[in-house]
Amino acid sequence: MTREAYVHELHGLRDDIVAMSSMIDKALARSVEALRQQDLRLAEDIIRADQEINRVRWDIEERALLLIATQAPMARDLRLISAIIHIATELERMGDHAAGNAKIVIETGNEPLLKPLVDIPRMSDIARSMLSDSISAFINDDADAARAIVDRDDDVDALYNQIYRELLTFMMADPTTINRATHLLWAAHNFERIADRVTNICERVVFAATGQLDELAVSNY
Amino acid sequence: MVVESQAQARTPVVTQRATAPDIEAEPIVQIRDLNVFYGTFHAVASVSFDVAANSITALIGPSGCGKSTVLRCINRMNDLVPSARVEGQILYHGVDVNGAKVDPVEVRRRIGMVFQKPNPFPKSIRDNILWGARINGFRGNADELVERSLRQAALWDEVKDKLNQSGLSLSGGQQQRLCIARTIAINPDVILMDEPASALDPISTLKIEDLMRELVRDYTIVIVTHNMQQAARVSDQTVFFSLNERRQGELVEASPTHQLFTNPREQRTEDYITGRFG
Repeated sequence: MTREAYVHELHGLRDDIVAMSSMIDKALARSVEALRQQDLRLAEDIIRADQEINRVRWDIEERALLLIATQAPMARDLRLISAIIHIATELERMGDHAAGNAKIVIETGNEPLLKPLVDIPRMSDIARSMLSDSISAFINDDADAARAIVDRDDDVDALYNQIYRELLTFMMADPTTINRATHLLWAAHNFERIADRVTNICERVVFAATGQLDELAVSNY
Repeated sequence: MVVESQAQARTPVVTQRATAPDIEAEPIVQIRDLNVFYGTFHAVASVSFDVAANSITALIGPSGCGKSTVLRCINRMNDLVPSARVEGQILYHGVDVNGAKVDPVEVRRRIGMVFQKPNPFPKSIRDNILWGARINGFRGNADELVERSLRQAALWDEVKDKLNQSGLSLSGGQQQRLCIARTIAINPDVILMDEPASALDPISTLKIEDLMRELVRDYTIVIVTHNMQQAARVSDQTVFFSLNERRQGELVEASPTHQLFTNPREQRTEDYITGRFG
């Protein structure tokens, strides 16, 4: 097969996206645990680990640009490299959201939780499942699978609205809860944004597979 | 419109002056089920595609797939190959260039050609421009024709003070632009280019490409090129040729260039432009 070195590098970039998504999945799981347990040490570790996620993102982008400059990729290869650059950016921002939740733990960890966390872990579970499926669709170049994922974003949005109403009730009943409640709302918002970013990843998977660049399902919220 | 054998009996051709090809307009060249034989060898099989006026069409594909053969059929240069035989139609403004009453010399005046290796005449720069024009009946202002042709070929400023020097004294890139000026001087409609920049350095190559984008306002251009990036840079339409299982050249895909290089319809096109062989 011709262009072996180029194809090897291209596949290497694709594999690095998969590895990066595993780092994000781990960060998301740990951030929920840190929130649930108010674990300050775990939160600090998540923030430190985010620096490595950032480094991986820049490395992927730099190598993708080098391929464009030196190998003149066309057609499917070009779309794949474009998708890789965008997906790496979305994953890095997800890492920032996980680190944001770790900072919330640090800022509020000295106060007891308003209530045991139930809906935020549910949001995290859905978002992580969406992320896993989107990366599978990416590996398999499967546009249909990618399109099917985005509807689940509505479930995450619904949970966020539920949390918002519940926390509003807390704040109205007792103003001393405002600090903790707003921080929890921000944590929920981080997971809502994470699910949105998975939708963006799905759009890039569809583009890489088909050449079509469309907004996928518009949220009902 | 019937092309008469006398050079002077020309039907005026109205050429579009547009910066982008009008894809809705009638194509200026239509190739229909073209088959080319060299003796008993069936070299090119069932090729059909259109060329829009004031557009650049690039013919790409591996060596030996019939690109240059098809190009040379458009202006009947293959007539000069004794064993060559053409079947099918090549319509120029709706008239088959191989029709019984069609004068091949007149075809080649209207459909000019620039070759891979620059081939200026061993004459002065000025006479390179004037010789062909005079043969084709030009009786107008010679100085004006020379300047206009050299300006259109982006060569005037470099040679205006040495028009009496031999065309062979110029650099490779300048010689090729002189050949383009020579072609333009006889007022063609279509310019065929067979790998016009493959013998040139990168800077001369880019100058030729810039020139093509200027010329397309007044002419229609069909170019054969091995350089896929060149085809992607300059052309409006790209036609990909390859060999079939019978080792005949065939057309695989003809698409707008932006589409062919980002999302081609055919897997064979994708494999070729991404370099996946074997």
